[in-house]
Amino acid sequence: MLTAVEWSRAQFAMTAMYHWLFVPLTLGLGLIVAIMETVYVRKKLNPATAQAEAAEWLDMTKFWMRLFGVNFAIGVATGIVLEFEFGTNWSNYSWFVGDIFGAPLAIEGIFAFFCESTFFAVMFFGWEKFGIRQHCAATWLTAFGATMSAWWILVANSWMQHPVGMEFDPDQMRNVMVSFTDVALSPTAVNKFCHVVTSSWSLGACFVISVSGWYLLKGRHTGFAIRSMKVAGVAGLAGIMGTMISGDTSAVQVTKDQPMKLAAMEGLYEGRPGTDLVGFGILNPDKKWDNDEDAMLVEIKIPRGLSILGRHDPDAFIPGIKDIIEGRDIVDGKEVNTVNYSERILRGRIAQKALRDYGRARECNDMVGMKEAREKLAKHYRFFGYGYLGKVDEAIPPVAMTFYPFHIMVILGGWLLVFLCASVWILFRRQEWMKFRIAGWQVFPWLAMAAAPVAWVCSQCGWIVAEVGRQPWTIQDIMPVQAAISSVGPGNVKLTFFIFLILFTCLLMAEIGIMVKQIKDKK
Amino acid sequence: MSYEFLQEYWWLLISVLGALLVFMLFVQGGQSLLLQRDISDRDRELMIGSIAHRWELTFTVLVTFGGAFFASFPLFYSTSFGGAYWIWMLILLTFVIQAVSYKYRGAEGNRLGRETYDRFLIANGIIAPVLLGGAVSTFFYGSEFTVQMAKLTNDPEVSGNVISTWGEYHGLELLANWRVVCFGLMVLFLSRIQALMWFINQIDDKDVQKWSRRQVVLNSVVFLVLFAVSMYALFTATGLKTMDTHQFQIIRYRYLLNLIQLPAAMAAFVAGTIMVLAGIARTVLKPGFRRGIWLTGPGTVLIVLALFWIAGYNSTPFYPSCTDIASSLTIYNSSSSRFTLETMSYVSLAIPFVFAYIAWVWYKLSER
Repeated sequence: MLTAVEWSRAQFAMTAMYHWLFVPLTLGLGLIVAIMETVYVRKKLNPATAQAEAAEWLDMTKFWMRLFGVNFAIGVATGIVLEFEFGTNWSNYSWFVGDIFGAPLAIEGIFAFFCESTFFAVMFFGWEKFGIRQHCAATWLTAFGATMSAWWILVANSWMQHPVGMEFDPDQMRNVMVSFTDVALSPTAVNKFCHVVTSSWSLGACFVISVSGWYLLKGRHTGFAIRSMKVAGVAGLAGIMGTMISGDTSAVQVTKDQPMKLAAMEGLYEGRPGTDLVGFGILNPDKKWDNDEDAMLVEIKIPRGLSILGRHDPDAFIPGIKDIIEGRDIVDGKEVNTVNYSERILRGRIAQKALRDYGRARECNDMVGMKEAREKLAKHYRFFGYGYLGKVDEAIPPVAMTFYPFHIMVILGGWLLVFLCASVWILFRRQEWMKFRIAGWQVFPWLAMAAAPVAWVCSQCGWIVAEVGRQPWTIQDIMPVQAAISSVGPGNVKLTFFIFLILFTCLLMAEIGIMVKQIKDKK
Repeated sequence: MSYEFLQEYWWLLISVLGALLVFMLFVQGGQSLLLQRDISDRDRELMIGSIAHRWELTFTVLVTFGGAFFASFPLFYSTSFGGAYWIWMLILLTFVIQAVSYKYRGAEGNRLGRETYDRFLIANGIIAPVLLGGAVSTFFYGSEFTVQMAKLTNDPEVSGNVISTWGEYHGLELLANWRVVCFGLMVLFLSRIQALMWFINQIDDKDVQKWSRRQVVLNSVVFLVLFAVSMYALFTATGLKTMDTHQFQIIRYRYLLNLIQLPAAMAAFVAGTIMVLAGIARTVLKPGFRRGIWLTGPGTVLIVLALFWIAGYNSTPFYPSCTDIASSLTIYNSSSSRFTLETMSYVSLAIPFVFAYIAWVWYKLSER
């Protein structure tokens, strides 16, 4: 029998995964449509350009815009559920950090979402009512609004992964914001934004390339398909390169701020200087942090790869799960005590007791007692969340659910980089290679068609790594999931889980059906 | 800026967003009218077409309303959303199906069929105004919850660690409260009247005009009865007065007294009621009059503003607890910190610019 916490986690994860099917397409396709419309406007307003050419770009813009519109609606529909689920399923969380977390969500609504939805209406209904420059500006503003929306959501998410700009107020029994700029411009947020947005550009580009690949395979609209692929290829290549660069920075940040997540990503239990990176591996299911089993059944290693990835130093020590639990790390050649997990749990409980004592002392107006409790709380607060854990094992994220998605993401991301590089080369320099066949099999169109599913799997895996890898924390080190929930019983959440699962699945099928029809029937 | 000023300022912003949301529910009101059987397919499409460009704005106002409540009064967000689980989930569910329906209903390759999406629109059109209206009415009539912050300390002597606890029905019990249901139905019929006014203003078609005017009469009769009953229930209701952070006194006719003691609320309520009634009367009595929406729309905004003000100002807890009076939420004990409210207040200065470009786009899209 699953508990309310587990059903709430399942519901949030399911909603987020559905949401993330649509949002990266909105972000990526929004950019590509805006580029296409800009080219159209330039050609239309240039007397030296044949109007037929401008009309071709207008046709491209409108076609991809239609698909953008089909996807946009379901993206916002799943997004609103996520926002409200913070309250419905995570009510303790909403109070404990609402002072900080609510602000980005409100700003997203006021600035980004209004911008996005207002100019979305212009994009679709304003062709006759606005000038072409105004319409093009509206298309850019829609893409900009969507991107800004992502910015604020990622600020909120990054803050959960690496809480900054706040302090705990025992009088209010919650965390309060003390620096908005620290929250809004935290390096984690900036990097996550770059990583997510650029990966979304490449996903949107892969979608365009996949649909165009189908036209090439069928021998239909080949001029349209090649022009679309050129725009998408360049956008996608820029996107995947940005993703790689920000991914590298992300690895360094995770090593520093969430070492347990990095250890789970790599299935690393015991670190050493010059730690290898597992390029491919199968985890040993019997491995626990406190037994002597091998971590891997099969593995292909890249020597010193993880040290280079995590600390940009081939000789660096990367702590494994056992090291972290036992409080061991080596930084710059010196052994560092990072506080072992048993002690963290103990200190978390001391912090919680100090908070109780503070409340009691306040009720009695005992100023001395309040001062003592407050000092004790401040001393141990950084481990407050550990006080909710029963034993150290509860602080380990699900290793398999972090390890495999991470490796799938890296392998598929690497493939997308190679494929997009090759595509751009072929599209701009060697178009005749597009007809290359192996045993009658048209290589390029088929690979192009596979690009979008690959990008989606890659993108989903990225979020699984980010979110499963930080378990059990809703807010790193401060609040685990079991302390964040609402008082709703498991039966209620189970029912809404299945209602949303059925609804989202039906709507996804409906969206796919409409898109396929529009793609097939393109005139 | 003092902390109290910021808390009151944010309640004002929440009131504005709430008022705009209720006004924008005319989209839902229009959807609920699709249930009528005496509309031809052609007229139905004209009506859907006239509100199709607007659903995003209602949706966005709802999202912003939720986000602003979270940022400014997180304890309400935590208590109400986590407690009245089913009410909020049903609202969400209907907004999810609405969001896709306008785009998908007429699209080729639509496997669920146009009728399915029309049913989605009707469901959202009826359920969302009733439940949102009902949820707002709990600002006056309260809900069955308790709030115990100490549970966050993981005290082994206290069972459970969730600070807000509710009854076992998680919001469904509100549907058994006639005052809540009456309030919700009033919002539904108000949104239907607004939608009819919108159709009269926007659609240059004699059949639609004629049908809409007939419907204004019928819906107005129901609305006026519900409005009278709801206001009677509200102004004769017993409410709470804040004596200290968690100490409250029970006061008879609390909301009537608030209306009298808050001149701005009284002025807004009276002016709003007159405007709504004038909009209805002129539309019904003058066959060529098409600008009813410009009276009923702002009138609705004023009435909702007045209701939010009497719910939260004048030392009144805006979310009374029927189970434990001491757990009642006020704008002072449920708000964000001074720092967050102040920071967000600077952000809110941009709201007029946002409204300005929305108004410009709306105007351009409505040009004939």
